[in-house]
Amino acid sequence: MVIELKQHPEVWSVLEKVADPEVPVLSILDLGIVRDVNFEDDQLEITITPTYTGCPAMNVIATQIRMELMAAGYPKISIKEVLSPAWTTAWMSEAGKQKLKAYGIAPPQEDSSDKTALFSTPKSIICPQCDSTDTEMVSQFGSTACKSLYKCKSCQEPFDYFKCH
Amino acid sequence: MEQKFQYVQRLADAPLILGQRLCEWCGHGPILEQDIALSNIALDLLGLARNLLQYAAELKGEGISEDDLAFSRPEKEYQNFLLCELENGHWGKTILRQFFFDSFHYFFLNELKNSKDDRLKAIAEKSLKEVTYHLRFSSEWVIRLGDGTEESHAKMQEALNEIWPFTGEFFQVDELDLLMEKQGVAPNLNSIQKSVQQRVAEILTQATLEIPEGTWMQKGGKSGVHTEAMGFLLAEMQFMQRAYPNMQW
Ligand SMILES: [Zn+2]
Repeated sequence: MVIELKQHPEVWSVLEKVADPEVPVLSILDLGIVRDVNFEDDQLEITITPTYTGCPAMNVIATQIRMELMAAGYPKISIKEVLSPAWTTAWMSEAGKQKLKAYGIAPPQEDSSDKTALFSTPKSIICPQCDSTDTEMVSQFGSTACKSLYKCKSCQEPFDYFKCH
Repeated sequence: MEQKFQYVQRLADAPLILGQRLCEWCGHGPILEQDIALSNIALDLLGLARNLLQYAAELKGEGISEDDLAFSRPEKEYQNFLLCELENGHWGKTILRQFFFDSFHYFFLNELKNSKDDRLKAIAEKSLKEVTYHLRFSSEWVIRLGDGTEESHAKMQEALNEIWPFTGEFFQVDELDLLMEKQGVAPNLNSIQKSVQQRVAEILTQATLEIPEGTWMQKGGKSGVHTEAMGFLLAEMQFMQRAYPNMQW
């Protein structure tokens, strides 16, 4: 799924300023939450999709989109939330993954097959601190819905892994 | 339209009620990771319930909102499986109840994503990704506790004997199910029964737990006849709307 960024670049550059409230180093564009930008006459329509079904950040994100766009001179804004196609970590930008790692969260590893298998052998996740692959999962569920909890056996540091979805 | 409304609302009730139950664990899990895991699962389920109730509210029209449907119905109008409302009990019982629900839910959503109703299809696709994690988590715990110490095994077997009679309800078909299936909206419940039972049997065997034989299977959820646990759950869940009707958060 490639997004057409070319239309209304001025709007996209405003959206770039909206950060994910739970992982503030990522913009909503890094995450791939914004699916479309459209004008109906002077009405600006932004289409967004939630990362996780119950993601409590969606309301905050919608409000922040509104505020940034209004400050940039777009008075009429509507925000549409769509579920399909379902969000996937494959939509996260390369820049976003680098920012995650620098922030101390291991970025999603695309070669993982854990999306469909019910009992998959966990692959080795690379420690964002020391790049060791000698890590183990502590819990599938971490501080937010999108993360798992890991521990690095080389540097002994615990870390979050942004799980593949 | 009324029938589809009823059906979508029914689909929402199971995750809504189970999500509410799981929230009771928040701050009380045996260890931090387990606490967080159940809160995460609860959040996914409540998110799913919201998506479904928003859709149901749109089908109903008349200015009805998702909150009206979640918080302002009398007990008899909730159509969740009785399993979902059962009290949490100890950690093992909560996990076992979750495992039965997840096993059904996983295969159910897997079929619902072929629905002719685009909205349900999208909701199912989205949730299935999350429910896959739920099922993996609860399965692993059932095995760990069942095939664990003598004490954990005994507690799990006891919980299984208690919960088992509530696991037949997933596959009870009523007129509404049949009608929705005929319209291509709902999955055929018989067709997923085998996959669910196979999965359950596999995990319980690994967990060295024995399915009780010849038990009476409970029913009533689909017709709004609930266990005595439901009233207490609703009293908690609906407290704010009953104390301050039409309040806004
Ligand atoms: Zn390390």
